[in-house]
Order: sequence, then structure tokens, then C-alpha cells
Amino acid sequence: MLKNSAIIKLLPFLLLLITIGCREDIYIQQSTSTEVGEPRFTGIDGFYLLNEGNMGSNKSSLDYFDETTGTYIKNIYAERNPSAVKELGDVGNDLEIYGSKLYAVINCSHKVEVMRACDATHITKIDIPNCRYALGHGRYVYVSSYVSPIQDDPKAPRGAIFKIDTLSLNVVDRIDVGYQPEEMAISNGKLYVANSGGYRAPNYDTTVSVIDLDYFIVTKEIDVAINLHRVKRDSRGMIYVTSRGDNADIQSCLFVIDPQLDMVVSEIDTPVSDMWIHGDSAYIYSASTNDLTGKTSISYSILNLNTLQIADDQIIKDGTETEIKMPHGIAVHPITGEIYITDARNYVSSGRIHCYSPDGIRLWSQTTGEIPAQFAFKGSIE
Amino acid sequence: MTTKRNILFLLISFALNVFASDNDDLYLDSIFQVQEVTIVENRKKEIIPAQSLSGKALQNLNSQSVADALRYFSGVQIKDFGGIGGIKTVNIRSMGTHHIGVFYDGIQLGNAQNGQIDLGRYSLDNIEEIQLYNGQKSNIFQGAKDFGSSGTIYIRTRRPRWEDGKTQRIIAQFKTGSFSLVNPEFVWEQRLSSHISLSASAEYTRSNGKYKFRYRRLNLDNTVAYDTTATRQNGDIEAIRAEASLFGFTHTGRWSAKAYFYDSERGIPGAIVNNVFRNGERQWDRNIFAQGSWENIFSKRYQMKINAKYAYDYLHFLRNDPKELYIDNRYHQQEAYISMVSLTRITPWWDASLSTDFQWNKLTSNMANFVYPERFTEMVALATTLRGYGFDAQASLLGTFLQDRSGNGHTHKRKTSYRSEWTPALFVSWQPMGNADWHINGFSKKAFRMPTFNDLYYTEIGNKYLEPEYTYQYSISSIYRHKFNNSVIKSISLQGDAYFNKVTNKIVAYPSGQQFRWTMLNLGKVEILGLEFSTEAEAQLDKIGLGMRLNYTYQKARDFTDRNDAYYGHQIPYVPLHSGSVIARASFQGWDLNYSFIYTGERYNAQENIPTNYEQPWYTHDASIFKKFNINKIKCRAGVEINNIFDQDYEVILNYPMPVRNFKLTLKADI
Repeated sequence: MLKNSAIIKLLPFLLLLITIGCREDIYIQQSTSTEVGEPRFTGIDGFYLLNEGNMGSNKSSLDYFDETTGTYIKNIYAERNPSAVKELGDVGNDLEIYGSKLYAVINCSHKVEVMRACDATHITKIDIPNCRYALGHGRYVYVSSYVSPIQDDPKAPRGAIFKIDTLSLNVVDRIDVGYQPEEMAISNGKLYVANSGGYRAPNYDTTVSVIDLDYFIVTKEIDVAINLHRVKRDSRGMIYVTSRGDNADIQSCLFVIDPQLDMVVSEIDTPVSDMWIHGDSAYIYSASTNDLTGKTSISYSILNLNTLQIADDQIIKDGTETEIKMPHGIAVHPITGEIYITDARNYVSSGRIHCYSPDGIRLWSQTTGEIPAQFAFKGSIE
Repeated sequence: MTTKRNILFLLISFALNVFASDNDDLYLDSIFQVQEVTIVENRKKEIIPAQSLSGKALQNLNSQSVADALRYFSGVQIKDFGGIGGIKTVNIRSMGTHHIGVFYDGIQLGNAQNGQIDLGRYSLDNIEEIQLYNGQKSNIFQGAKDFGSSGTIYIRTRRPRWEDGKTQRIIAQFKTGSFSLVNPEFVWEQRLSSHISLSASAEYTRSNGKYKFRYRRLNLDNTVAYDTTATRQNGDIEAIRAEASLFGFTHTGRWSAKAYFYDSERGIPGAIVNNVFRNGERQWDRNIFAQGSWENIFSKRYQMKINAKYAYDYLHFLRNDPKELYIDNRYHQQEAYISMVSLTRITPWWDASLSTDFQWNKLTSNMANFVYPERFTEMVALATTLRGYGFDAQASLLGTFLQDRSGNGHTHKRKTSYRSEWTPALFVSWQPMGNADWHINGFSKKAFRMPTFNDLYYTEIGNKYLEPEYTYQYSISSIYRHKFNNSVIKSISLQGDAYFNKVTNKIVAYPSGQQFRWTMLNLGKVEILGLEFSTEAEAQLDKIGLGMRLNYTYQKARDFTDRNDAYYGHQIPYVPLHSGSVIARASFQGWDLNYSFIYTGERYNAQENIPTNYEQPWYTHDASIFKKFNINKIKCRAGVEINNIFDQDYEVILNYPMPVRNFKLTLKADI
């Protein structure tokens, strides 16, 4: 009697295991496409967007916006490269199209993934430890790395710039720079790299290293401010460097370096997390949390590069900026002037991308991968 | 002002506790009149019984650690990072690891630094019983801390048991197997006098932690996209555990004293990500504690218990990987604890107790800008039990008063912050048919957990403005237990539970800008609806003994933090809707056969329930066979265990692959 009732009670459980509970083969992740607008032919085919993915999650992913069909395609890398073991990798930090190739700098996978720019299919990977940003110039792509392979003091590692030959896709040279170098820009035959010194906090690095590209030697270290991050170049060749500050007493700030003098010529007291230069304007967003007060402040602005004055203290004009929880990437369409801003949300769930008209009205929004950040426009720009 | 009042109140209750022991005559309670050292605890003191694993069922299980054994309990999820040295933490009824109190021989294991107890470190070899109580152990004769957690696990080590006039016992055991495991253990038990026994044990564990794991993905047309097998690296461990206990009995009470030592070095294997199949972080741990307990029955109306503990924990973390940030952090934690409980029997059906605890924690480190946090905790619990008319009921109210002190001695003045919390609980048990076989139980409880030292003060990440995290539990269960006398089936039990839990002010790591800087915020709100079903049966078929245990858990644990989040209403990470386990064992003429099956259903590795975060179900089949035999009066036991028989390549935690099929051999001699 009792035995029977026990069996009856077990039955649903057993049935459940058999019917819904079984493990299946795991398939390669597939992309998803959404139409967001009309097909358009501007000389720009579209852009790739690199999603960082949270550290340790191996969830870095690549999205593509196809302007010629008006389609936003999410998560294309695994589908186009099914044989890549463990997909794109862990924490994608930078994305660059140079020549016919697409370079994705995958920070915690310690590699630069090289793909065909036309369809994001894998060509090769280049192992560079703790790589951060990539920049193409002439025959080479330069990659900054937090750690140089040879260290005097392993407890305070210096960074390096790696030089990759775009034909052989090998590292052909390397030069040590300051501590934990980040972005680079090239002007007047020289490469400017921002040293953050992030591993030495609170004793941050404060310098921009200047490298002569003909001889590949450091010719100067320009003292700027603590914890430097972004380096951009405008159409006149001026170099813009951002400081992250220390998230406490010292605020984020923007500096201008004149490549003829190799010194700081202006300081603009506006916080910058990232910026995109379009014509004579820099489109800026800032998101920072103050450790002392625990408060996060977010701001957007447009800087006039001729006057170095804030031309507009907002980018988004239709009030939809409140829907952005954590801005994490910015780009401006080189031809139409449309503005793209990404939202990393809480950094551990899907992000968003918003497209705004040049006058700041939202045109469309899409869900992206985790922590959308870096843009690379594909097509003929000039 | 309120703090002063609280402290005054505390002093008064402590005084009451002390004075209360001065009256009444001595009375010998029946359970303590037994001269024999084996005393079985009076289980009836608890209103709602525990889930437990003990004796043969525990001995035959394919388990290395306490965490492995807990997988067979209802409502439990284990976070297992894989391998013998991998961290294993427990989460009961989806409320989070920090809400679990783990008690080792009656006194809580603490970790003020990160609030988590790695149960993978507690070997099963010396364990006699593991009990799991939802809410709290509904026994009012316990320390105030025992009232403080949302779920409580009691681990009891083996106590000497003197049968047939023996005065000494030595057990030697050796285990070896996959992962180059070497694991000898010695136990020495000595009867020092008719009232005092000694038990000492030492265990050494070494493993290279290497195991094969596999990642395989298919294209949509079922051709193989990639299929790669690699060996897990840097998962080695070397650990030594030694403990000694004294157990004493007096005419009216008992006492015990214990010293514990654990020392280990391990590799941290890390996440397996694209292009990185090897990591190089190392960790050293040293845990030392000494604890004592004394209880006495002073009269028919009054009994008292005192517990005390001192613990010192050392943690050294080293990352010396030329590719990454160099980290060499050392932490020293200290904890001192004293507790006093008084129980008074007001009438035969009405008991009341007062518990007062005091605890001190301190953390120091070599980290830059460290604030050397210190925490003083005073706890008072008032509890009462009423019995009659088929009902047993217990109500308790716990007051917790905390003072945190922190600050860098050189640059800042040390600051003190104060907090007090009152948390009630109610437990009821009813015998609907008036017999002891069938009970309907219910409880409701509020509990909280303080932010840990890491949450509050970890350089750069910590947020000193954090509030405590609260849990609210409402649970009902029906238990039927019956023992048969002249039947093939010896005993059977059936239990069903339904519950609703709410977690508010959940502390979650939240990003603050770039460079992967995180901060801790009181953001989360989670609601959990759960159903559990378990059954146990024992049978005797001629000379064959049979036992079976089955558990099934359904949990809908959803995130209701913010309507604007993409994951609003989604199942929280790593909690499966369905999970369960089966244990079956048979014994015949000295042979013991054990089979176990664990099932964890599909779940998600992040807040958002989308395909990229999807985790497949996993299920493993384990089996073991043991044989008892005698060599010259030495009782021996030898056996072999096979784990993951069907070679499933699975992950419990994203990018932390688990071992495929593996083996273990055991040889044990009992002199």
C-alpha cells in the first residue's frame, strides 16, 4: 500500500527527467537580425560594434550594422567562424579596420584577432599579452599592451607598443613605454600613447610617450595628468588626451598637445570618458562614479575644436538620454553625421545602441551584446 | 542614544542570565544519568526536524567533502568551481551563500572578510552527521547566533563511542585515485577516564588537480564546429588538517573542547576562455581555531550552556603572471566569540530561554589604503516553546547590535558606525491525527546579513554606505515518518515543502565607470517560490539491506529589482527550476553498494535569461562498492568509487569545466 503510493509520487519526477531534463548537443551561437531602417547607400557599408563582455565570461561578441539593407545583426562572430574554439574571447577592448582587415583587440584573451573586414571571417590571431588598443599607420598596425614581456620589476610592469606587419601579420618590433599604456594617435610622423599607470594606483603614470615612427624610439615623455586614457587626433593634426582622474578628488579632464611643440597647449575642464571627432567637433560623453560620495554622474557635450569651447552641453535633444543607464561608447557617422551612443546597462546584461539624427533626435535603438563599446566603420571614407 | 540603550539592555540581559543560575536545586535529568559516554541528543527539542545525512548513508556516498554531500539535500544549490581544490559554496532556497550559517561541532564557522564558507575544504572523513535546517534549528537551548541565519548547516565530527569495554581506537585510512590523489587519515580515540574521552585526527590531502575536460560545439547541420579536449592546469592542492577534541561528562552536564588546524596551498585554475587555458594564481590558507562548550542542568527548571571560540585565519593570494597585474595580498582575520544560554522550564509545557552572545572580528592586510576593519557584535535572543494539544510552537526574537570601526590609523581617525536589528521567527508543528508519524510544520522568519568587510571596505570596490540584506521566509511542510516492525520495509518517510522567500536590499556588485571598477550597492530584490519533495525508505530483504533516498526541488527565483531592466522577472543566475537527486544503496554480507544520481536542470549564468547565457542541464551518475573484512581482529574496509560514470562534460559555473569520469580507491583499518 505504502510502497505503491511512494512509487506514484516518484513517477512525475522520473517522467520529468526523461521528457524535459535531458542534456542536448550544444550548437554554435547564431546571429539575430533586425531591420531598423531603410537601405541606404552613402559610401559607408555599415559598422562593426565590439561588445566587451564581462571579465571571465568569455562573452565578447561582434555585432554588425548593415547600412545597405538597414539591418542590425547581433552576434556574428561565432556563426562566421564556427571552428574558433571558445569563440571571440574574453573582454574585447578595441576594434579597428585598417586596409582590408578588421583587428579586434581581445584584452583578457591576450590576442589580436585579425579578420577580413568584408565579412569578419578569421585570418589569424596574434598573441600579445594584455593588449589594449590598435592603430594602423603605413605598413603597420601598432598595438598597446599593459605589460612588456621583459620587466625590470614584475611588481610594477611597464607597458609596450607592439608593431605588427600588416602583410605577414607578425610582430616585427616592440618598444617599451610608460606604465599601462592605453590609446594612441599619430600626427607629424609620431605616435602619441597615453600611459595610465592603472596597476600602480594611486601612483598613476602622468605621461604621454612620443615615439618617432621612422626609428621606432621614444623621443619624449610629455607630462600631462594622472591616469591618461584616450588619445585622438583632429583634422589639423592636434592631439587630444583625456585623464580619467582618480574617481575621488581629481576629476577627469581633457588636454590638447601640439605635435609641433610636443607640449600641452590647452586644458579643457570637462570630464571625458570617450570622444569621437567629427569635422571640427568632438562628441563627448562622461560617466564616472565618485568613490567618496558613491554618486555616478553622466554628461554629454559637443566641443568646438577651433575655439576649444563647449558648443553644446547636450547631444541628445529629445529627452531620451534618461533611458541610458551607463553610456559606454560613442561614434558619429562620417558621412551623415548621425550619432551612435551605446549603453552598457549594468555591464552584465545585454547592452543597447541608440542612433540619433545629427540634431539629437533618436532614430532607432537596438539590443546589443554585453558591454557594447567600440565602433569600426566599413566603407570608403575620405 | 539608541546604541546606549541597546548596550544597557544587553548588560541587563547578561546579568539576568548570570543571576538566573543561582537559584534552584540540582536535578538529574534522565538523559545525563547514563554513565555511558554515548549520549544521543534529544531530538524532540526541535520543533521542525532537519534534513540529515549520517551513518551508513553518509559513509557510502561518493563524496570527498561536506559540499559534495550537501548536493543530496532538497533546496540546495552548490557553486562548484571544479576539482578537489576548487571552491564549493552552498546556497539554500536561493537566498544566497551569505545567508547560510555553518556550524562545526556546535559553533559557527566565521568569515567576516567575504562571508562565505568554502565547504569543499571540510573533508567528510571525520564527519558523523550533516544536518540542514531551513530557517534555524528550532531548539531554544542554543546560542543567539544560532537564531541568526536564514538557513543553517550543522556539521558534527565523529565522537568516541565505547562499545564492549574498549578504551582505545585507532583508525587509519588511505585514499588514492584520479587527479593523483594521495589522502591518508589517522584517527586516535582514547578513553581517558570514565567521564573523559579524547579524539584526535589528522589528514593530509595532495592532488595535482589535473583532469581532462572537453568543449564541443556543433553547426546547425550537426557537423562538428569544434571539439577540443584539454587538461585542467593549476588546480593542484596540498592540505593538512589536524584536530583534537576532549569530551567530558559530569553528573549533571557535559563539556567539550576542541582545537582545529588547517593549512593549505592551492592553485586557482581560473576561467577557461578563448586563447587562455592556463592561469597562474596561487592561494595559501591557514585556519586555526579553538573552541569549548559547557552545559549543565542545575535543576528541573534551569539549565545553562556556555560556548566560546577563538579563530585565526590567514589568507595569502598571489598572482605572479607576467601578463597581468601583480597581486600579493595577505589577510589576517581574528574572531573571538562567547555565548551564554539559559533555559528555564516554566511549566511542563512551557520553556523559555535567553541567549547572549558577544563576538569580535578584525581584519588586517598588507593592501595599500587598507582600513583595518573591526566589528563588535552583541546578540540577544529571547525564545520560548509551548507544547500541547498536538501543537508544538516556538517563537524567538533576536536582537543584534553591531559596531564597526575602520580607518587608516595614520591618515584618518578611526570611525565607528552603529547598527541594530531585531529579527523574529515563529515555528509551529502540528500532529493532525494525534500520532507522532505525521506532522504539519510551518515557519516564518525574518533574517539579515551584514555586508562583509570586503563589501564595505575592500580598497576601491567597497562601499561603506551599504545597508544589510534582508530575507523573509514563509514555509510549510508535511512530514510522514513510519517505522514498520514485521515487514520487508523497515521505515519510510515522505516529505513535501512549499515556501515563499523574499530577499530585499540584496547586495550586488555594480560597475562604476571604466577599467572594470565595481562597487557594491543594495540593489536587488528577489522572490522565490519553491516546492520540495523528498522520500526515504529502508528495507530488509532476507540478508540484503536496501536503502533509498530521493529529492526533488522546484524553485522559481525571480529578480524583481527594476521594471526597466531587461531581466526583470527573470530567473536569477545559477538557480535551476528543477533539480533532484537519488541515492540507492544495498548491503549484503559485508558488501556495500551505493549508487547516486544528481540532476541540475537548465539555468542561466547571468541575470538575463537569453540564449547566450543559457546553461545546459547536467547530471552525473556515481557508484561505489565497499567490502568489509577482518585481518587478525582488525576491521578493514576497502572500496572503489566511480564518479561521472557516463563521462559527461559539464560546467556548474560558466567557464569552469568539471572533471569527466574519475575514480577513487579507499582502504580503511579500524584497530
